[in-house]
Amino acid sequence: MNRKVKSFAATLGSVLVTLFGLSVITFMIGRVMPVDPVLAAVGDNAPADVVAAARAEMGLDDPLIVQYWSYISNVLQGDFGRSVLTRNPVISDIAHYFPATLEMATLALLIATLLGVPAGIISAVKQGSLTDQIIRVVCIAGHSVPVFVLALLGLLIFYVGLDLVPGPGRQGVIYDGMVPSVTGLLLVDSLLAGDMGAFWDAVHHLTLPVLILAYFSMAYITRMTRAFMLDALKGEFIISARAKGLSGWSVVMGHAFPNVAVQLITVLALTYAGLLEGAVITETVFAWPGLGQYLTTALMNGDMNPVVGTTLIIGAVYVGLNLLADILYRVFDPRVA
Amino acid sequence: MLVDIENLRITFENNGKRFEAVSGVSFKLEARQKLAIVGESGSGKSITARALMRLLPAQAQVTADRMLFDGIDILSQSEREMRKLRGGRAGFILQDPKYSLNPVKTIGNQIAEAWLTHNKGSKKEARDAALNLLEQVMIRDPQLVLNAYPHEISGGMGQRAMIAMMLAPNPSLLIADEPTSALDASVQAEILRLIDELVDTRDMGLLLISHDLPLVSNFCDKVSVMYMGQIMEELAAKDLAQAAHPYTKGLLNCLPSLDEPRGDLPVLTRDPQWLEEQAQ
Ligand SMILES: Nc1ncnc2c1ncn2[C@@H]1O[C@H](COP(=O)(O)OP(=O)(O)OP(=O)(O)O)[C@@H](O)[C@H]1O
Ligand SMILES: [Mg+2]
Repeated sequence: MNRKVKSFAATLGSVLVTLFGLSVITFMIGRVMPVDPVLAAVGDNAPADVVAAARAEMGLDDPLIVQYWSYISNVLQGDFGRSVLTRNPVISDIAHYFPATLEMATLALLIATLLGVPAGIISAVKQGSLTDQIIRVVCIAGHSVPVFVLALLGLLIFYVGLDLVPGPGRQGVIYDGMVPSVTGLLLVDSLLAGDMGAFWDAVHHLTLPVLILAYFSMAYITRMTRAFMLDALKGEFIISARAKGLSGWSVVMGHAFPNVAVQLITVLALTYAGLLEGAVITETVFAWPGLGQYLTTALMNGDMNPVVGTTLIIGAVYVGLNLLADILYRVFDPRVA
Repeated sequence: MLVDIENLRITFENNGKRFEAVSGVSFKLEARQKLAIVGESGSGKSITARALMRLLPAQAQVTADRMLFDGIDILSQSEREMRKLRGGRAGFILQDPKYSLNPVKTIGNQIAEAWLTHNKGSKKEARDAALNLLEQVMIRDPQLVLNAYPHEISGGMGQRAMIAMMLAPNPSLLIADEPTSALDASVQAEILRLIDELVDTRDMGLLLISHDLPLVSNFCDKVSVMYMGQIMEELAAKDLAQAAHPYTKGLLNCLPSLDEPRGDLPVLTRDPQWLEEQAQ
């Protein structure tokens, strides 16, 4: 028990170190980027004394350590500064854009897991069979074709060609702004408002980007599940389970799968993190008003506060998911001391 | 007759290459009889035993003129019927409890599962049966072991738990594939004695696989000596001293003796002619 507490404390410690490193890096990004935040604030043509006054007022003449201190204490209070572009506090922008990314990533993960895990199990059990080959080919296509190619192809076929899905964006024009924002998740908010029209509109807009992200993630999940299962099925305990007289299926699901479930949790957590941070490209192609798009727009315009804030949030989500995987590992794997 | 095997051949086919690992093994085992199969590593002991329970991987081709278990033709059974035999009529104990027990399931669950597979009853009854079985294999603190995971108990206890698991459905044959090779020397004799007692009190037959010829001859009625997928010699355990085959003599000779210390151990010499003699 004591050992458990200790090793968990060690994990927590490394999480804190990671978060600290993350804060230092984002702080540095904010300082060393070629965009001068003073000029961005007062304009390129401001007289020299105005620039100097603004510079002093923004604390940019203080020693770096002082600047870091005021930065980190602001961040800890949820204050990431204001965006020059939107004129909103960065934190409220993030609160506005993040749910769009979250909704898409969560649905994609859900679908990818529901398809990928069974596919991985089946192709491991039937290793070398036609089913295995088919699953393998489908997966190779999934993780070797870049997401933006898939996304553009998807739009070309299903939107331009077949007109099965709506075009880019998260909502049709007539529903835009019609549903009061409670959670920021359109599916949830439209149901809360009882607006089925808006709900189905959101579903239609989600379909293509979610399926493309899900396909991409499924390829990875399937491949990992297959590898884990093949490894577990080689175990001697599989022979003893069969020697007990268990059916093939109870051996696979009752003995092999519980051995890989814990490793799978880590894969799923990392996939989820990857979806949350890596949806940037998909969001760009689909004009999805999510965190990735917010980040890229800010980056293109040298709007540094949103860049730093978003990077911090994404990093924290990543670390948080890793920590969650670690906790689940400890809870579910009896071997972890 | 519990087991009757005639001319068993096992061939592996990997990437088009064929390799005959067992070439014409025959032996018989009467009810309540104890047979030891002895031989060096790679001689085909394990796969012979696994073939009897049809536990070999798909790339193994198994043929035999006759392979009967309790009069049942093993090779023509359906998979469903084999499942009734496995664990039900014949228990199979593997070498190392560290690997042969499922690391993420409690000992109690694994034994209860074996019981439930071959008996009708509630989960509670299965658990009681598991506790009872752990008591029968004379494990210390059975209640504690019931809720323990395999990594939490010693190798000797693990092997006792494995035995309990395989006894759950009351089999008439116990196959033990090197049940003590992974254990400390002090525990080895204990486990063998336990197996011996259980086999006697439950009227089971025993197929004991080992590479320790003198050790198993204390526990078994007869000994089959295997070499390169063939049986060199079969003889009654008490006649070991009169072993005719040079390989058997070699196996006996290779062991260091505490009574008569001597310098270098003799090296076991092998003669290709042995295999040809058998083939005739
Ligand atoms: N899946 C397999 N594919 C190919 N060859 C195999 C396979 N399983 C076993 N063999 C071969 O069959 C032969 C006999 O193996 P087996 O495990 O029966 O030996 P053994 O007598 O039990 O040895 P040990 O004392 O080391 O357990 C070996 O040469 C081994 O390489
Ligand atoms: Mg073996």
